[in-house]
Amino acid sequence: MTVIQRPQDKLRTPKPLKKPARFTPPWPLNLYQTAIGKKWVMGLTGLGLVGFVVAHMIGNLHLYEGQLEVAEYAHSLRTIGAGLVPETAVLWVLRLGLISMFGLHIHSAITLSAMNRAANSRYQAPRDFAAANFASRTTRITGIIIALFVVWHLADLTWGFTGGFMGWRGDGFNHGDPLWNVDNSMSNVVIAIWYMIATTAVAVHLFHGIRSAFISIGLSSPKFNPLIKPLAAGIAGLVLVGNLSFPIMVMTGALEADEPLDVHELIATEFKEAAE
Amino acid sequence: MEETLNITLKVWRQDGPDERGRFETYDAPNIGTDMSFLEMLDVVNENLNEDGNEPIAFESDCREGICGTCDLMIDGKAHGPEKGTATCQLHMRKYSDGDTIVIEPFRAASFPILKDLAVNRSALDAIVMAGGFISVNTGAAPDANLIPVPKEASDQAFDAAACIGCGACVAACPNSAAQLFTSAKIQHMNLLPQGQAERWKRTEAMVETMEMFFGSCTNHGECHDACPKEIPLDLIAWTNRDYIKSKNKNRKLAGQKG
Repeated sequence: MTVIQRPQDKLRTPKPLKKPARFTPPWPLNLYQTAIGKKWVMGLTGLGLVGFVVAHMIGNLHLYEGQLEVAEYAHSLRTIGAGLVPETAVLWVLRLGLISMFGLHIHSAITLSAMNRAANSRYQAPRDFAAANFASRTTRITGIIIALFVVWHLADLTWGFTGGFMGWRGDGFNHGDPLWNVDNSMSNVVIAIWYMIATTAVAVHLFHGIRSAFISIGLSSPKFNPLIKPLAAGIAGLVLVGNLSFPIMVMTGALEADEPLDVHELIATEFKEAAE
Repeated sequence: MEETLNITLKVWRQDGPDERGRFETYDAPNIGTDMSFLEMLDVVNENLNEDGNEPIAFESDCREGICGTCDLMIDGKAHGPEKGTATCQLHMRKYSDGDTIVIEPFRAASFPILKDLAVNRSALDAIVMAGGFISVNTGAAPDANLIPVPKEASDQAFDAAACIGCGACVAACPNSAAQLFTSAKIQHMNLLPQGQAERWKRTEAMVETMEMFFGSCTNHGECHDACPKEIPLDLIAWTNRDYIKSKNKNRKLAGQKG
């Protein structure tokens, strides 16, 4: 065997994987250039999105109140702050906040993953993971599922694309009538199963995400730590049970809408009275 | 009489830094159960030497778990299956007769392999050189306990200072992140009064040097599990907090520069 190179020839600091940034924006934007800054953005936007997911699930429970009541809830969301600002103005502020949180969360995830791929060198033999669990190992995969699901979910139940031109559902989409739309969408077994898969992906993503976020934003102490895992499991479980119940209840026939509501008529009459 | 084991080893062999590596299988017969893992490798190497083969290159020094030189990935676990020990503290009595053990070097893009199981971990030194020091006045030794240190702070700092810099955290991390190492090296000074003068400079410099070589943390906790000194994960969270503060404080101290 020939000695290729003396080991001491290479005994020096290896080449950095990352070049220093050419342009540094002013504080606090320069934080986003660093991995820890990105982890902060990821953690804070993640916790914000967890808040949305929980609120969304609780709001969905209005489906069990009845067709008229959930339509009224939907109408009240569109008219938050009504009388003071134009209709849907506050809703759009909230939506823009959500969209930017989604955007930052996804962008930081992609750039950090690229950094990690560059830093990694694959083991040739199988690894034996001890602390990493299914949720933490699959965060990227569940994240991709959630991103695809969000687009589908908006097309399905907000824009109503799937009712008309995609031809998934025979009955049309009735804007502002959630129970009718949910019933029509999830009566299809394929769609119901897809909702269940996506809901499970959200819960799995949350289980690792919530725990991870606390470390990323520096909230960790020996006293506080034992509470974080039960908290993450609790929120993930709550969201899972709540959101899984809708496709299951639609398929068993417990959630059913017989005919579409005339939403315009209701807005002019009953919702107005309820608001007053 | 001492019990003996017959072990089969699958060892990563690589002739040099730029060579292609491969697994090779070796028999290790008559291994005493009182041997340490590294002594077992010594025996295998002696057999290889006698047969005129190149012995397996691996690193070790103190062989009592305090120097951080030994670095083996044993059956997919950094420092082997024992918790809270380095490779040198793993004993063959943990294995049974007929076992097959797979040995790989620590792998990361910034841990280039030198030969067989020996890797270059100088990137960790670069992180320490960026700020892992404190400034003290020279002269006569100060009186003991001249600077009061809260008990909790001294305990936490001691936990962090236990780091022997072996690089198992990087090797165990699916992202090859050195967050646990860097956090330990930052926090054992940041937690103590003696470390306050350079606190914010140190945090910024060491974190940014770390990010030049290693990946980012996804909070799996593999590093803590692999760590022979069981450094707590809390240090990572505290470093995340200190780093964000340091960017703001250094900006103010340095008059908006950087």
